[in-house]
Amino acid sequence: MRTMRRLLATPEGAVGLALLACLALVALFAPVLSPGDPLRIAGRALTTPFSDPAFPLGTDRLGRDVLAGLIHGARTSLAVGLAAAAAALAMGLCVGLAAGFAGGLLDEALMRMVDAFQIVPGFLLALAFVSVVGPSVPVVVLAIALGAWADPARLTRAQVLSVRERDYVAAARVAGMHPVEIAVREILPNVLPPVLALSAIIVAAAILTEAALSFLGLGDPNVVTWGSMIAEGRNVLRSSPWLSIFPGIALVLTVVGVYLLGEGLTRALSGRRAAA
Amino acid sequence: MTLLVAEGLCKRYAAGRGVTALDGVSLHLSPGETLGLAGASGSGKSTLARVLTRLAEPDTGSIRFAGEDWLALSGAPLRRRRARMQMVFQDVLGAFNPRATVASALEDPLRIHAVVPKGERAREVAALLDRVGLPAAYAGRSIREVSGGERQRIAIARAIATHPALIVLDEAVSALDVSVREKILELLVTLQEERGIAYLFVSHDLSVLAAVAHRIAVMEAGRIVETGPTSRVIADPQSPAARALVRAVPRLVIE
Ligand SMILES: Nc1ncnc2c1ncn2[C@@H]1O[C@H](COP(=O)(O)OP(=O)(O)OP(=O)(O)O)[C@@H](O)[C@H]1O
Ligand SMILES: [Mg+2]
Repeated sequence: MRTMRRLLATPEGAVGLALLACLALVALFAPVLSPGDPLRIAGRALTTPFSDPAFPLGTDRLGRDVLAGLIHGARTSLAVGLAAAAAALAMGLCVGLAAGFAGGLLDEALMRMVDAFQIVPGFLLALAFVSVVGPSVPVVVLAIALGAWADPARLTRAQVLSVRERDYVAAARVAGMHPVEIAVREILPNVLPPVLALSAIIVAAAILTEAALSFLGLGDPNVVTWGSMIAEGRNVLRSSPWLSIFPGIALVLTVVGVYLLGEGLTRALSGRRAAA
Repeated sequence: MTLLVAEGLCKRYAAGRGVTALDGVSLHLSPGETLGLAGASGSGKSTLARVLTRLAEPDTGSIRFAGEDWLALSGAPLRRRRARMQMVFQDVLGAFNPRATVASALEDPLRIHAVVPKGERAREVAALLDRVGLPAAYAGRSIREVSGGERQRIAIARAIATHPALIVLDEAVSALDVSVREKILELLVTLQEERGIAYLFVSHDLSVLAAVAHRIAVMEAGRIVETGPTSRVIADPQSPAARALVRAVPRLVIE
């Protein structure tokens, strides 16, 4: 609760939270706000925005409602972004903790694997993975996570190595605490916060990667995404630029919102530490 | 009978070109005695403290503590015996988990070594706080909400919780104000008189050791170069290292 108040006290946090709260509400209530399949042909093709009250943001080449696409696209973007980031963080934490605690050969092996994944650009990895396995939402989530878990893994390991050298860990050993209890109670809780602080960047990157995959036609063809809408609008970019501009704006607002919220959270948490 | 006998302790760190942190250190300590360990920065004092408390393993050498081969112990038997040898650290904040409360910091050793039955832990925490001169109400506070001097009192309470025979203090008062420092030293001396605890008191500051130590050992480059009764080492230092330490103590000169 105190963190929440501090978060709202930072301008980044307040703006970011407001943006994301709106988006989350839209995503959550998409079926209510815009009932029916957003991919169905709803009216005349290429209706200009603000000209027909039935289609406030116009229609695309096939006569699909742009606003409905945006609303349902928010669902895909947020869901895929969050799921991919959660998967990447979970993978990174597991690998980083194993490497940091075990040390020795396992550490070497795991970290060479992390190196391998870090050298290949995440987007190429996702691209290759989806091309091979085929586009569907779970595959896209996994593909994005594969390209994003290396950073949290490396940070987790570094944190474990640094925290385990602190005096309070030595004090716990001197007190005769069991090594498992030391790992779970003394080290782990102090390893997590900086790694979780990465999550905003990972979510933002995951949303962008999802959009890029969809833009290249590698998203799930059965759901609307902002990326596929931008790609669709590109064909008529000269005559009807709004088809690409509206989903583009939605994408930018989402990523900026996530980023601001992350900044705000970091400041709120570090503020708490400094004030204590 | 001696409480602690260390012989020929050596420890090299492989980092860089290799550092010999301990180079054949031998020492002994009787029950209820304070051995002051002095020496310049990097002379190996902390390494010796860590080796004696089994936070680091020596390359060679032997340690007998309370009649047992201390280096032969490991696992659960070592963890049990740790009740008898405790440690107080220099960094008064770093020695506590940032999430700890005063109560949780003191309850850990009581729980691990089953010093008192579970139902009496809270009362024992209050008794420990009282013993180091802090109000029992501090138990509910976060470790971050008490001052540095109070925190070091809590560290001492944590160290005496398991009724140790020896407490290793690594620069335990170096981070504290002079006024606070004197109070903590007084507390340590009283505790020693009451409970017969032996101290290995590491400090680079001879004026601190002069107040608490019965004997002083001076380290230089991983070796003990001089040992003797406190008054003798301070009044008549034999080694260059000891002389440098004596010179480093500021003296008030009134003209
Ligand atoms: N973990 C380590 N890895 C490598 N070298 C180390 C390590 N710990 C200590 N050393 C080295 O061992 C030597 C002795 O260090 P130690 O910390 O024991 O000195 P000290 O007498 O406690 O110094 P100070 O008064 O500054 O605390 C130093 O040269 C130090 O650089
Ligand atoms: Mg030291």
